[in-house]
Amino acid sequence: MTQTKQSIETSLITASTRGDYEQKTGAVNVPIYLSSTFDQEHFDSFGPYDYSRSGNPTRDALEKTIAELEAGTRGFAFSSGIAAIASALLTLNAGDHLVVTSEVYGGTYRFVTQVLTKYGITHTFADFTNLQEVETAIQPNTKVLYAETPANPLLGITDIRGIVSIAKKHGLLTFVDNTFMTPLYQRPLDLGVDVVLHSATKFLGGHSDIIAGLAVTKDEELGKQIYFMQNSMGAILGAHDSFSLIQGIKTLNARLTQSSQSALKIASYLDHHELVENVYYPGLPSHPGYDIHASQASNAGAVLSFTLPNRELTKAFVEHVQIPIFAVSLGGVESILSYPVTMSHAAIPKEERDKRGITEGLLRFSVGLENVDDLIADFEQAFHIAKKQITVSK
Amino acid sequence: MTENHISTRLAQIGTDTDPNTGSINTPIYLSTAYRHAGLGQSTGYDYTRTKNPTRSVLEEGIANLESGDAGFACSSGMAAIQLVLSLFKTGDEVIYTDDIYGGTYRLAVQYEEQYGIKAHFTPFQSVAEIEALINDHTKALFIETPTNPLMQEINIIQYAKLAKTHNLLLIVDNTFLTPYYQRPIELGADIVIHSATKYIGGHNDVLAGLVVSKGKELSEKLLYNHNASGATLAPIDSWLLLRGLKTLHVRMKQHTENAKKIVAYLEQETLVKDVLYAGLGGMVSFRLQRSEWVGPFLQNLKLIAYAESLGGVESFITYPATQTHADIPEEERIARGVDNSLLRFSVGIEEDEDLIAELKQVFAIIQQEVTIHDAN
Repeated sequence: MTQTKQSIETSLITASTRGDYEQKTGAVNVPIYLSSTFDQEHFDSFGPYDYSRSGNPTRDALEKTIAELEAGTRGFAFSSGIAAIASALLTLNAGDHLVVTSEVYGGTYRFVTQVLTKYGITHTFADFTNLQEVETAIQPNTKVLYAETPANPLLGITDIRGIVSIAKKHGLLTFVDNTFMTPLYQRPLDLGVDVVLHSATKFLGGHSDIIAGLAVTKDEELGKQIYFMQNSMGAILGAHDSFSLIQGIKTLNARLTQSSQSALKIASYLDHHELVENVYYPGLPSHPGYDIHASQASNAGAVLSFTLPNRELTKAFVEHVQIPIFAVSLGGVESILSYPVTMSHAAIPKEERDKRGITEGLLRFSVGLENVDDLIADFEQAFHIAKKQITVSK
Repeated sequence: MTENHISTRLAQIGTDTDPNTGSINTPIYLSTAYRHAGLGQSTGYDYTRTKNPTRSVLEEGIANLESGDAGFACSSGMAAIQLVLSLFKTGDEVIYTDDIYGGTYRLAVQYEEQYGIKAHFTPFQSVAEIEALINDHTKALFIETPTNPLMQEINIIQYAKLAKTHNLLLIVDNTFLTPYYQRPIELGADIVIHSATKYIGGHNDVLAGLVVSKGKELSEKLLYNHNASGATLAPIDSWLLLRGLKTLHVRMKQHTENAKKIVAYLEQETLVKDVLYAGLGGMVSFRLQRSEWVGPFLQNLKLIAYAESLGGVESFITYPATQTHADIPEEERIARGVDNSLLRFSVGIEEDEDLIAELKQVFAIIQQEVTIHDAN
């Protein structure tokens, strides 16, 4: 079909079938190519696919889809979010340095501190909500500024344009983990970022059924470098999971719109609750960076965090909540309640965690597609019991 | 947790089925057979045609959503209809709505010709007219609402009362509205059928049918026939349906929202003769002013697929005359209103403005051709 400019809501549905896969049979869905290798017609020139690690038609459809959605030129699908982050960061060389947001997913923290250091790639953590601090952390051998926004788990906001302008001034690349927003709400490449990363396990997949990661680039040379890492290290996404992800992306708008609406209601509810100390949600005008977020993203998303006064009350609350899953991960159709201290951020030492505000009373909540009144009623009854229990035990 | 809203039950379907691991998605059990601990012992699972753990989660889930007692997952929508028709024997009679899916029509006619189960096709316009058709051999009323493709609404409560009075089964094909919008068993129906290929699956990637029944005796008969004829749904397809159900409510809301906007647009389009819409769901039918425009209309579609089937995230337009209703003889088909200018639109969840822009450009092309033709 002729490629007229479509809204992203429509591209979510149509982007995966722009290839010629559908032309052959008329199938409205990309076939799952469970073929590791491809028969070659010619002796000295190969067709577009030779080996599925290097390129697979189903994965290809997914990679083109995410490239289109993120307004990039090239997409890459990996076997997990961390595989995407690792493959992108491993384009660096021994002796290089990167500045990483101190509010960062625990798995990224672990990779940067435990793995990259083994290859002589060093790092400095900086508070990315403070551009001055980021610029100060830059060294002569710095190559990359690495941000998450909103960040995990306190939803800290990085001024993407601000970071990009610092990077450009110093000749650096900017990497942004866009997992919490997805391209539906925030397109960092449009703001000058060089590499966008996703844990596609989350909102893009959306059903808590596959582990996947994505990377997107705009610059051709950078795209070649990441492709080289993808192909040479081979942390690629399988064809079946690529297909599941394509299907998940088709309902992204319907899911995330609903979940974000609910998240705002829940954040407001928590904000007024006597037992809740702090609520972290970029949709609340009181959230630090609210204006910056609004200037670079079209919605506050479906993840929020909140703190209760102590571990005891937190434990009692979690034990009495009935609807949400108490588990790691986020971005699913099911609401997921997480305890960062022992879950997503357990890889960060306690001392570092405390510095970052990841306390024993902190809970992260990924809002699903359940009826929001049911979720609030569930929280209300859990708070009620937790409060009674703590009072009695005292 | 049945007191929760249907949207909560949909999002959470199958989340607590595997206590051993806490997996929030039901595992796909690709096992045909199950080990027995000893003579006369069973875990409840023996052979996957009879019962499969993944399929059971789906079957219990749909029974809960439709407020029935038992659910049965079948290998296609037609397999589900076949399962229900297996309740009848030679000499029995069934009264069907005449505006009905072509595949159901074909099967009903075949059952009459091959097995002597008489099929009456009639519009369900008045209870009295239907009551006049009931005799000692009548066993069931079989309706779709809204009907396919003319979107007529049939009052389930009225016909449920009629069925009770005469000791008949009321069978409702609920494919178009799904339990999110309509739960026929709550209104007095005995059996609900779904082509789950449509909205329940929702992604045009799985063929499946579902049956839900109310009452112990009826459920036992269906259970027996389901296993005996064996058109059961595979575990991976059962899992895909569970996955589809988790977004059913958000998809249906979006389908309805988009459909209403499309209807508003089509109603003021001069090349359109009339628009048929039941007010809920994503299915819209409309007639062009001239049937010879159908060809150019379909040929010029780009974004919307000209394809058979419905209920997916992608928009489809179907031409019932040659596709879904081709099995109904032409004269009869036209008499029922499924004429050669009728198109059926399964409105997807793309951005509505893009869909309307697409229709506008197709109508502009037709308008141009008409103007040139008239000028000549």
